[in-house]
Amino acid sequence: MDDTALANLLADNIDTAFETLVRAHVGRCHAIALRVTGSHHDAEEVAQDALVRAYRALSAYPPERIRELRLRPWLATIVINLCRNRHRGAALPATSLTPLVEAGAEPQADALAGPSATAERRDAAERLGALLANLPERYRVPVVLRHLDDLSYAELALVLSKPEGTLKAQVHRGLAMLRVAAAAAGLEELIA
Amino acid sequence: MTDNPMLTSLAAPAPAHLADDVLVEVGLADRMAPLGTAIGVLWVAWNGRGVAAVDLAKDGPAAAAHHEALSGRRTLLADALPASVASPILRRLAGDRSARIMLDLRGHTDFEVAVWEKALEIPFGEVRPYGWIASEIGRPKAVRAVGTALGHNPVPLVVPCHRVVRTDGTIGQYSLGGPGNKRAILAAEGLDPDGLETAARRGERLIGSDTTHIVCWPTCRHARRVSAAHRVPFRSLRDAQTRGYRACKVCRPTAIEAAA
Repeated sequence: MDDTALANLLADNIDTAFETLVRAHVGRCHAIALRVTGSHHDAEEVAQDALVRAYRALSAYPPERIRELRLRPWLATIVINLCRNRHRGAALPATSLTPLVEAGAEPQADALAGPSATAERRDAAERLGALLANLPERYRVPVVLRHLDDLSYAELALVLSKPEGTLKAQVHRGLAMLRVAAAAAGLEELIA
Repeated sequence: MTDNPMLTSLAAPAPAHLADDVLVEVGLADRMAPLGTAIGVLWVAWNGRGVAAVDLAKDGPAAAAHHEALSGRRTLLADALPASVASPILRRLAGDRSARIMLDLRGHTDFEVAVWEKALEIPFGEVRPYGWIASEIGRPKAVRAVGTALGHNPVPLVVPCHRVVRTDGTIGQYSLGGPGNKRAILAAEGLDPDGLETAARRGERLIGSDTTHIVCWPTCRHARRVSAAHRVPFRSLRDAQTRGYRACKVCRPTAIEAAA
């Protein structure tokens, strides 16, 4: 079902249609949150909180407003805002390339948390994820939304309230930084 | 798809429980888990809005199926209640009225909810007649409807419908395992159900004190601390008032007059 049809169902009856929304979007909400926060624990909390907030917002919106919602960018906006709130006051990710490269060799423990995650068995994707989590936020968030969640630049502009040209430049710069960091961390095979 | 395949390896699947967690949190699905209590294992259903059901059942699947049929919501079995749900229930069952329990009573009528909210005011170890609830909620003639609403109480023990007895003073029916259970629960709260019924049959519907000239329901804490030498039983509030007694402001026995 496409999002326009889903928005119409939600406008008709939130309680019967909301489960369809959850099942269709929980995966991408989690994926965005995981790669923006770099933490499995934070990602689960953010994804759950985002969908709960979506339900409460939809419950308060008039039906005509729900029908006009663009669900993909709307949900992404909620997820990104919650990721930002979570990081406010906490230590910010590194903002220069040097700690970024170091992070490849010594990734943040939280980014790799998991029952079987040991230093030896960290797989390459997790290490790349740790590098991504250490990109400065203004590059990391557009890269995640464009290249992991596959939003268009027009949708990115809605989510991040910035001109498309600015976002294209940030995505380009973010990918370039990530390539440098991945090469330095010996992850060349993951770089296209 | 994305024009840059570099990040496709980063799409980790979401944990399977995440979607259910969301649906439970917003109240579109419930979880149900066992809770050990003095009267046996209770099955408790809850969601993000509050506790939705308390039931005795032979096992989890039976409890969940019953709750699904009544609530219309998918019900997922869990191993145990979270402490945030279990702890206030256990405190309240032990008589701690300060324990706050959020209840999810969607789908029930305003009248039913009003009856249950009034029953929540009856203290541990005390009973009130159906007619008292009817009068207190401003529907003095709806005594039978009060009894029906209490019979449909989805959260027995949490909403203490076992503390509501018949207007003639007999203990009456109970939804959670029948009238025998009601007597057992009241006995566990320190009451003597047989003694209460015997006294009611003798016509002792209210108890006054000849020192304060205040008259109460027999199980009101103020009635129970009146010593035997000063205890004066009455058949009705009118009897008491003609002898110069006034109604207790805590248990409010005036209310029953309108319903009697």
